[in-house]
Amino acid sequence: MAEAQNIPAGSTTTGSIAVAAESTVATRMSAPPSFDVADFPVPHGREEEWRFTPLERLRGLHDGTAVATSGAVKVAIEAPEGVTVETVGRDDSRLGKAGTPVDRVAAQAYTSFEQASVVTVAKEAVLTEPIRITVHGEGGVAYGHQVVELGAFAEAVVVIDHTGDAVLAANVDYVLGDGAKLTVVSVQDWDETAVHVGQHNALVGRDASFKSIVVTFGGDLVRLHPRVAYAGTGGEAELFGLYFTDKGQHQEHRLLVDHNTPHCKSNAAYKGALQGDGAHAVWIGDVLIQARAEGTDTYEMNRNLVLTDGARVDSVPNLEIETGEIVGAGHASATGRFDDEQLFYLMSRGIEAEEARRLVVRGFFAELVQQIGLPDVEARLLEKIEAELKASV
Amino acid sequence: MATLEIRDLHVSVEADNATKEILKGVDLTVKQGETHAIMGPNGSGKSTLAYSLAGHPKYTITSGSVTLDGEDVLEMTVDERARAGLFLAMQYPVEIPGVSVSNFLRTSATAVRGEAPKLRTWVKEVKETMGRLQMDPAFAERNVNEGFSGGEKKRHEILQLELLKPKVAILDETDSGLDVDALRIVSEGVNRVRETGEVGTLLITHYTRILRYIKPDFVHVFANGRIAESGGAELADKLENEGYEAYVKGGPVSGANSGGAVA
Repeated sequence: MAEAQNIPAGSTTTGSIAVAAESTVATRMSAPPSFDVADFPVPHGREEEWRFTPLERLRGLHDGTAVATSGAVKVAIEAPEGVTVETVGRDDSRLGKAGTPVDRVAAQAYTSFEQASVVTVAKEAVLTEPIRITVHGEGGVAYGHQVVELGAFAEAVVVIDHTGDAVLAANVDYVLGDGAKLTVVSVQDWDETAVHVGQHNALVGRDASFKSIVVTFGGDLVRLHPRVAYAGTGGEAELFGLYFTDKGQHQEHRLLVDHNTPHCKSNAAYKGALQGDGAHAVWIGDVLIQARAEGTDTYEMNRNLVLTDGARVDSVPNLEIETGEIVGAGHASATGRFDDEQLFYLMSRGIEAEEARRLVVRGFFAELVQQIGLPDVEARLLEKIEAELKASV
Repeated sequence: MATLEIRDLHVSVEADNATKEILKGVDLTVKQGETHAIMGPNGSGKSTLAYSLAGHPKYTITSGSVTLDGEDVLEMTVDERARAGLFLAMQYPVEIPGVSVSNFLRTSATAVRGEAPKLRTWVKEVKETMGRLQMDPAFAERNVNEGFSGGEKKRHEILQLELLKPKVAILDETDSGLDVDALRIVSEGVNRVRETGEVGTLLITHYTRILRYIKPDFVHVFANGRIAESGGAELADKLENEGYEAYVKGGPVSGANSGGAVA
């Protein structure tokens, strides 16, 4: 890792928007990955991987004081034919195959959950209906683990909805067999008091494609680690994200794509809008191209639109390249304001202020939403964006 | 007949923690069908007049009145002024990321006309108007002003003028930065609107060049925050030959231009 070439982040600043300094993927972690919470010291907030997160709002998930309460979260899984849904104990061999917890809260989740659900799509099964997983918080603390495994050449869409109020630390593993195609939509539509921390690990098989759409609207604090690694050549990963950070909310997405295998592709695109005092969005985009990962093609992008004063964005794309034998590697990060001049221009054409704001935000997200490829999800997201805007003005 | 009446307009701007008066008593009446050219040196306050009429928040009206058909324009918000029939073609139109030209045009036409234009006739109307301004149809799918060349920005402003059909159009240095071909195309667009006889035009310019294409009924020389002299088209010829020399000697005008995005 010492020879790794670190390409600095191309970030922009405007007004009060802060952009973090770069650091390497390796130095982001204060301890090596582990399934055991005891392997991670309790964070104090100055560690690279915690420095943007308000620890006091984790409600004890980070220091062992958050004790699970019964009935805190209700998980329901609705699956079409051809899908096996099981509830298993901690000793099930299928758990933890896609990735290892990289921070203390993810490790706490892995150490503390009592039961996990495993959703399996049989080899070559092509689902026509999505698998729907609803995670509803009833108040209280919960730890969880979820596995979605696709056999070779299986195709599935999974929609995970998070609603209600909870303090939840839960990890998700996606395991894609050779040639499998999985699209996952994870919607964080929590009540404004909820805390949600989790690591989403995808292990992409040979010639498999993984598409992840992470949508974060709600919660007091949401901190997610969408991560991808490859189990064989020819794998593809698309990581899309959309967040709308309101007054007082902390929404943090920490991506890592580990190009550990030759001839794989990845494309990450996250877009966020922020409004209101104390709205804080954090985006970390780490892409690592290992020495053996020749023929890698990767691009990552983060765009933020700051609608009001008092909101803060930390956007840190980071690309580490250990081999020159690649097809392409790039990254971009930009944070812009919807400013008074834009508002004036639109209003000078007769458009009311509220409509002007809506026009800009809708346009900002539309391009990303159109890439999802699931009409009902797209429609729902656009509706939700409208609702967020209405709530603000 | 629509009439814009500006009476003893005083406008100031906050700059460097000081209040600076830029317009010092402007009187002007623009009637439907008339074309008034406002000419003046840099910093004389021409653009301030344009943006004050449109309602830009940077400018504070300290006294005077502006009415459109008797309605108090100064009491209106920016969007209300546009819906009342005022249009400002901007010198430096801003980029609006994420908003396509077609979406923008339709939204503003809906706002100004009070109802959504019928889709079929609207598409045709936009296409024909763009054609006359020699704009590529692909232009409609680009984001508003994003990556537009200087000429494209001005054509886009005139496209809006033609589609929104205001009662009074203020053109703020529409000619600046245009080559001769673009100037001709843009001027023809303005003339099409003028020929309807339904618009009063306030043409703000630094140069006499555009007046070869757009013939004004009245020419006003703007200096030191007010109209220093008014006349017919022949006044432009005088300015062409003699410049603004005679007007700027009278008072300090340098620095009156406030700089920034809209000056």
